[in-house]
Amino acid sequence: MRFYEFEARQIVERAGIPVTKYGFVTDAAEARKVAADIGGPTVIKSQVLTGGRMKAGGVKFADTPEEAEAHAADILELEIGGHMPKGVLVDPKAQVKQEYYASVVWDGTEKRPMLLFSDMGGIDIEEVAETHPDHVGRAHFSNLIPFSDYQAKQVVAQTGVTGRQLTRIVPILTRLARVFQDGDMTLAEINPLAELEDGSFVALDAHMEMENEARPRQKKLLADLGIGDEETREGHEPTPFEEAVAAIDAADHRGVIQGKDTGFHGNLGLVIGAGGGSLTLTDAVRSQGGKPANYSEIGGNPSVAKACGLAKEVLQKDGVEKIAVMMSIVSNTRVDIVARGVIKACLELGKDPAETIAVFRIPGAWEEEGAKILSKYGVEFNDRTTSMWDAAGEAVEKIPS
Amino acid sequence: MSDTTGIFIDVEISAEAAGDAELARRLEEVCPVDIYKDEGGRVGVVRENLDECVLCELCVEAAPPGAVKVKKLYDGTTLER
Repeated sequence: MRFYEFEARQIVERAGIPVTKYGFVTDAAEARKVAADIGGPTVIKSQVLTGGRMKAGGVKFADTPEEAEAHAADILELEIGGHMPKGVLVDPKAQVKQEYYASVVWDGTEKRPMLLFSDMGGIDIEEVAETHPDHVGRAHFSNLIPFSDYQAKQVVAQTGVTGRQLTRIVPILTRLARVFQDGDMTLAEINPLAELEDGSFVALDAHMEMENEARPRQKKLLADLGIGDEETREGHEPTPFEEAVAAIDAADHRGVIQGKDTGFHGNLGLVIGAGGGSLTLTDAVRSQGGKPANYSEIGGNPSVAKACGLAKEVLQKDGVEKIAVMMSIVSNTRVDIVARGVIKACLELGKDPAETIAVFRIPGAWEEEGAKILSKYGVEFNDRTTSMWDAAGEAVEKIPS
Repeated sequence: MSDTTGIFIDVEISAEAAGDAELARRLEEVCPVDIYKDEGGRVGVVRENLDECVLCELCVEAAPPGAVKVKKLYDGTTLER
């Protein structure tokens, strides 16, 4: 889940990382008061969970509190990328001597966090890494043992930063790494980390993203920030498919189903899940030229009704010609229950299961019973002797290109 | 008694057992997926739940021999005692 900038600021501030004297407000008159309190020129920044604020006119500079009020009024009415702002951040226009970049990001390939630092902040780190690779320091670290200053020092030193700057930056990076570890973050970024004219360092902007599954563990942090359970913080509005699947899931406590179709426009519906199987199988389909119509996850032994409900939603998506029912190996989720669910979905929609189910590959609990059910409806059962890759390939082959 | 909307599962209650108030109570209690309902002392079958049967056989075990049969419509076999 993503945090607004003003929340990310609070997170880094709580960790002891210096920030400017800022204020988050939801109306223009308050913006004026905060600007007056700050004194001097200010920056008014839209608080939206999307990028491109500057280009869209969501960041404006003000020399007076009156100007801050006027800008805040404009920005509060400004939709950016389909998002209306939650409010505006009023920030002093800092006298910056140099901008740096600091972040900790989860590296899914290495399965470890990576600390990144650059002495060229304020711009996209990807651009810096491409054009000035010698200005980017990086190192992976363990998420299990506490982060130490020397690890931060090694990363900063890679960029050639030494002396007083190195000494001041290191504790900030260490605190950022701890924010990442303690807050179950997937991204903790300060850009820019600014060195002011007086030699002090402050986080001028921060971007935080937390692992969604960590919400129960991070209840205190979320409560402190005033974030309620109802705030999903998804990056996009749920599609009708996503809403329908979520409603089916919520209506029945047995098992869990999830369905996403934002960004998917293919013709092969996926009813997939189990132990990392969803990602693996989606990749396997795509790698073999298939075009998934959706992404889904089934787990925790759902009811027949729930499996049926998901399969029906997938089958009713525009463009879906067949579904692939595939999982890695199930232990809790029962093969026969899922088989009943998907067969029932086909029948209730007036479709022939043998023609509609491109492949059924779920090895594991109650697979013999599942195979009997499928056999009755002319659907071949694939056990663990068929690899996930081959099952995905078989599904792709059965879809007309 | 066999009046089902199940695609995969049917249950059959003997005529004698259908009116057994104690059995009706017990079946409602043991079934984990709410296929049975105590309908004022008679054994009721919640037909829309039939396909949720997890083949646990608790109903078969809770009833006298021959009173409850769970039929797997997809392979023609029956769970009974």
